[in-house]
Amino acid sequence: MTAAVANALEARRLPRWAPAATAVAAAALAYIVFALGGVLGGGPVLTVVGAVVFFLAGLALASGIVEGSRAARNRIATALIYSAFTLALLPLVSVVFTLVSKGTARLDAEFFGHSMRNIGPQDNSGGAYHAIIGTLEQVAIATLITVPLGTGGAIYIVEYGRGRLALAIRFFVDVMTGIPSIVAGLFILAFWVLIVSPHLSPDGLPFYSGFAASLALSVLMLPTITRSSEEMLRLVPVALREGAYALGIAKWKTIMRIVLPTALPGIVTGVMLAVARAAGETAPVLLVAGGGAGINFSPFHGLQNSLSIFIYDQAGSASTYAPARAWTAALTLVALVLTLTIAAKLLSRRNKLR
Amino acid sequence: MSQSPIAGPAETAPVTAGLAAPTDLGPTGPLGGGGGLPSRRRFGRESLFRWFTTASGAVVLVVIVAIAIFLIAKAVPALRADKANFLTYKDWFPDDPTNPKFGIAALALGTVEASVLALLLAVPVALGIALCLTHYAHRRVASALGFVIDLLAAVPSIVFGLWGRDYFYKPVQDFSAWLHRYFGWIPLFGSGGPYGKSVLLGSAVLAIMILPIITSLSSEVFRQTPKMNEEAALALGATKWEMIRMAVLPYGRPGLIASVMLGLGRALGETIALALTLGATYTFSIDLIENGGNSIAANIANKFGEASETGRGALIASGLVLFAITMVVNMIARLIVYRRREFIGSAA
Repeated sequence: MTAAVANALEARRLPRWAPAATAVAAAALAYIVFALGGVLGGGPVLTVVGAVVFFLAGLALASGIVEGSRAARNRIATALIYSAFTLALLPLVSVVFTLVSKGTARLDAEFFGHSMRNIGPQDNSGGAYHAIIGTLEQVAIATLITVPLGTGGAIYIVEYGRGRLALAIRFFVDVMTGIPSIVAGLFILAFWVLIVSPHLSPDGLPFYSGFAASLALSVLMLPTITRSSEEMLRLVPVALREGAYALGIAKWKTIMRIVLPTALPGIVTGVMLAVARAAGETAPVLLVAGGGAGINFSPFHGLQNSLSIFIYDQAGSASTYAPARAWTAALTLVALVLTLTIAAKLLSRRNKLR
Repeated sequence: MSQSPIAGPAETAPVTAGLAAPTDLGPTGPLGGGGGLPSRRRFGRESLFRWFTTASGAVVLVVIVAIAIFLIAKAVPALRADKANFLTYKDWFPDDPTNPKFGIAALALGTVEASVLALLLAVPVALGIALCLTHYAHRRVASALGFVIDLLAAVPSIVFGLWGRDYFYKPVQDFSAWLHRYFGWIPLFGSGGPYGKSVLLGSAVLAIMILPIITSLSSEVFRQTPKMNEEAALALGATKWEMIRMAVLPYGRPGLIASVMLGLGRALGETIALALTLGATYTFSIDLIENGGNSIAANIANKFGEASETGRGALIASGLVLFAITMVVNMIARLIVYRRREFIGSAA
């Protein structure tokens, strides 16, 4: 233990160029072993992975000899954390690249102006107009249903809720955010399509509709909107409420005129994120909307399609032209969802409560 | 123990509770000159508003109970018709007119297999990213990268499914062949090919999909580590990694467990991506790279189109099982969070 230095400032350190030098050496070694030597089958991917492993091992060795085992462990952890990051970016880059390269093939006016009615397997035409209408209508109705209920529930939790009921609601709002989307679809299938809808149709048979899809999406949106509105309402300073009460304003009026407007930007952000998520949902819509190839503006009568089930249908279709349509629809859907998400994030940056 | 910097429910509730709303003052009327306090009325706007908010809060409870009731109502007839044991039978022939047989064994095991493998793949990476965002990367870089992770979370699952089936299967195929060639003696990699839709492909896609949620929840937890604890560790001469192991990880452990369980809940219920990337067979095998794999949710999406009366009931019965499993997982996760009274963002 002669060389042990108690003072961290005087401890021996690897020179600054050491990691870079290790990286070069590791890359060279990996190239020789895997690319030229063909150990374990070789190949470019294995060479890169091998280079990373060699780099970690080399750095650990060098640091362990010069700086001691604690510093070596620190260096390894740092390197691993940064490589985790790089690893996570790869799929995103790959998805975006695939979307753009495959999705632009059918990105034309035909796609946005026509439905799939009378389009056979041999036709390289047809579009997603009916699906876009379906998505927009279903999500809009779901938003109309969930925004009053969600903000109302949030107001109850923050402003009125006491005791067990409030605790139970808060807890189950959180639990409900984790309900699988397919279960929401099955619920609406069992409840609305199979039990309620026969009473609404003239022939007494159950029927699929865009409205059923809206209900399924509402089940998914309600807890997210309640949760995010609740957080925003909590951020409103108590002093604002006290000021209003001191002026003799009734509680409901304080909430409607003072608390809600103050929290509004945050609530809108939460709603937009929930809308973005709902627009991308496939499973619940698949079970209750029915699909359909034609244009149907009515969410209450007849089958309705949506962008996500359009993608699923086209992905499962045997036609040679179907994959191109599926990818263009996917690109459209991602563009829609990401626009909403980015707009919501930008809005939340301007939110003064944060 | 320092209080969490962000006001949780426990801290704000008493404050609002202490505030007597003007309407609660009772119908005492004006004490003297000027205006009076609003009197309490049974059907006034105040009670109407209060009633509306209470009702909309209660909708959540109603919906959860209704889900259970309606799924059970539609599942029971199918389960009565089932000629096999629903819990132990593996195959799925509910629409056989004379001898309907279906069971959830293979589906449930497949769901757990795919979800657990996805967690094994995603959790280390997600924790690495979360630490990177909170403790390693420069603040500006971290906020930009956090934004990118949010975008990853926003990509719909159908898009991941399509990507997995049309593009990602190729690298996974090559990787499967490589695994079998060099590690084929491990039963997990026993299949000799040809490789296609496998548990490995499904789980890899699933891992990418649950990565953002675990990342955002756990970085929320890491961010709340008391600065004092971190600085104390560093002042004692700890390296950065030792500081993280001594101060950050122990403090955040319950939150981490909760975020992993929430990720698990998401993985168990994921439907469309798995419907496109799993082999949809009704056998359970620990071989990860052979064609096959299935999950409860994916099976519902795959079989729904061709299902008749009993078939639909059978699918609803399997959905009921999925609902029960995810409810339990989510409730445990939330209870862990609540016990610590920690604030977990709405990213879930």
